Amino acid sequence: MAEGKILTINMGPHHPATHGVLRLVLELDGETIVKVTPHIGHLHRGIEKIAENMNYQQVIPLTDRFDYTAATLCNEGYCTAVEKLLGIEVPKRAQYIRVIMGELARIMGHHLWIGSHALDIGAMTVVFYTFRDREMIMNMTEEVSGYRLTPSYLRIGGIAQDITPQFIKDLRAFIKWFPTALEGYNTLLTDNIIWRKRTMGIGKISAEDAINYGLTGPSLRGSGIAYDIRKTMPYGCYEDFDFKVPVGDNGDVYDRYLVRMEEFTQSLNIIEQALENLPEGPVNVDNPLISNPDLGAVQEDISALIRRFKIQCQGPEVPEGEIYHSVEGSKGELGFYLVGDGSENPYRMKVRSPCFILVSALEKMMLGHMLADAISVIGSIDIVLGEIDR
Amino acid sequence: MDNAKVLEQLKGEFGDAIIDDVDFRGDLTVIVSLEKLHDIMLYLHDDKALHYDLLSDVVGIDKMPREPRFEVAYVLHSMDDFRRLLVKVMVPIDVEVPTVTDIWNSANWPEREVYDLMGITFSGHPDMRRLLMWDDFDGHPLRKDFPLKGKDFDEKWDPSTIQVL
Repeated sequence: MAEGKILTINMGPHHPATHGVLRLVLELDGETIVKVTPHIGHLHRGIEKIAENMNYQQVIPLTDRFDYTAATLCNEGYCTAVEKLLGIEVPKRAQYIRVIMGELARIMGHHLWIGSHALDIGAMTVVFYTFRDREMIMNMTEEVSGYRLTPSYLRIGGIAQDITPQFIKDLRAFIKWFPTALEGYNTLLTDNIIWRKRTMGIGKISAEDAINYGLTGPSLRGSGIAYDIRKTMPYGCYEDFDFKVPVGDNGDVYDRYLVRMEEFTQSLNIIEQALENLPEGPVNVDNPLISNPDLGAVQEDISALIRRFKIQCQGPEVPEGEIYHSVEGSKGELGFYLVGDGSENPYRMKVRSPCFILVSALEKMMLGHMLADAISVIGSIDIVLGEIDR
Repeated sequence: MDNAKVLEQLKGEFGDAIIDDVDFRGDLTVIVSLEKLHDIMLYLHDDKALHYDLLSDVVGIDKMPREPRFEVAYVLHSMDDFRRLLVKVMVPIDVEVPTVTDIWNSANWPEREVYDLMGITFSGHPDMRRLLMWDDFDGHPLRKDFPLKGKDFDEKWDPSTIQVL
């Protein structure tokens, strides 16, 4: 090719390494990237508009479809946001179960990330191991909620139903097994010379730039900023647990990888503590205007039946007001801006999706690298298009 | 630094430009005048004590029958001691809002999204194009007067209306 000639290529939306339907228009000088233009919206379903026309209870299954790799965390974000608007506190037992399910979802999300990230770069083996372990969590989720990928397990004011003895048995088995599995992933990648060469020094972003570009979650922590909402603005009962927030130094792909690998251990640590100290008690808030009566009562008591009918059809009535609430999703800060107008429908629901902002910063991380490194960078920020397009 | 101190400092610096403040469920929202928006945002970012260095989101809200019709809310975080502040402006229809992309790069896509779905234009934005909807889409779907069931794209197509470009 003649010198200085710029080649424009189209990567995606059906490219397997773009993790969904992300389309990048790359301008290349030889093999070096000089301009990146991401195009999104191929998966836009208008969830924010749909939510405005539904009641608060009905929105929960929609939130599963944001980050479907770690759906419980999206449920948690939405439910805690509505609870903040309502000004209620959820019973301790429900909070602990939420933490267990949420951290399992985080592990599940990271499983998919490390599997596909390694697959994109060329290490095919990892995905088989992570999907083996992901299956265990899927089975546990199915045991308590009836669904595997999109559980919709949380409810406003609590959870759908209490966990079962079988779930606790499976979870104990998982806690015992998972450190061995984690060692396996580490053996495959952490000191692997090919992995290091493909990831070290790639997609570097300094702490200052990372903040200015709005990066959150493991991508920001890889640059050395310990911004983890579970620690900095605790919601639910995260204050009760003792865990570390891993941070990196260089802000490159390898550091983001290390941060996420450490988060596996920390999530497991939180689950262990939550299971050990799981309090007894109800799993739904005791407020007839907000939570469902349990199914046993519905069989015997006519007023409980009426109440269940009302909650299912109408959902809770939420006071007038505007709040912003965010939780630590598996990709970063998952925020909900909710406007209530006193009716049973949300007046406006805006989702602050971490991946949306991460994709807007892709150009910053990719410029000056080779085309093959673009794959590493996309893998390292762990994008899910369901969350970007909403 | 707590909410009361932040508000006191802001009011001391800008006076009447801070139109209203709401403290709801622990988060402070300040409603500021549209003319002073950019100055206030620059101050919030640059001031050593306040230093809101992370802009998490830009939200457009349509309060239809009311005048001014729109609201734009900014969600700010400080990485020093992890505070949160919500800044809001009231925007009448067809009035442009000054962009804050020159202060926070993270405002780029959220502002484009607000333009796309709500139809509020940001003046000085480097790349004011549609983001989620396609380029020749007509209307702004998140406005309250936009129907939930949009245009029927499956309706019978009349080949005589096609224009060759």
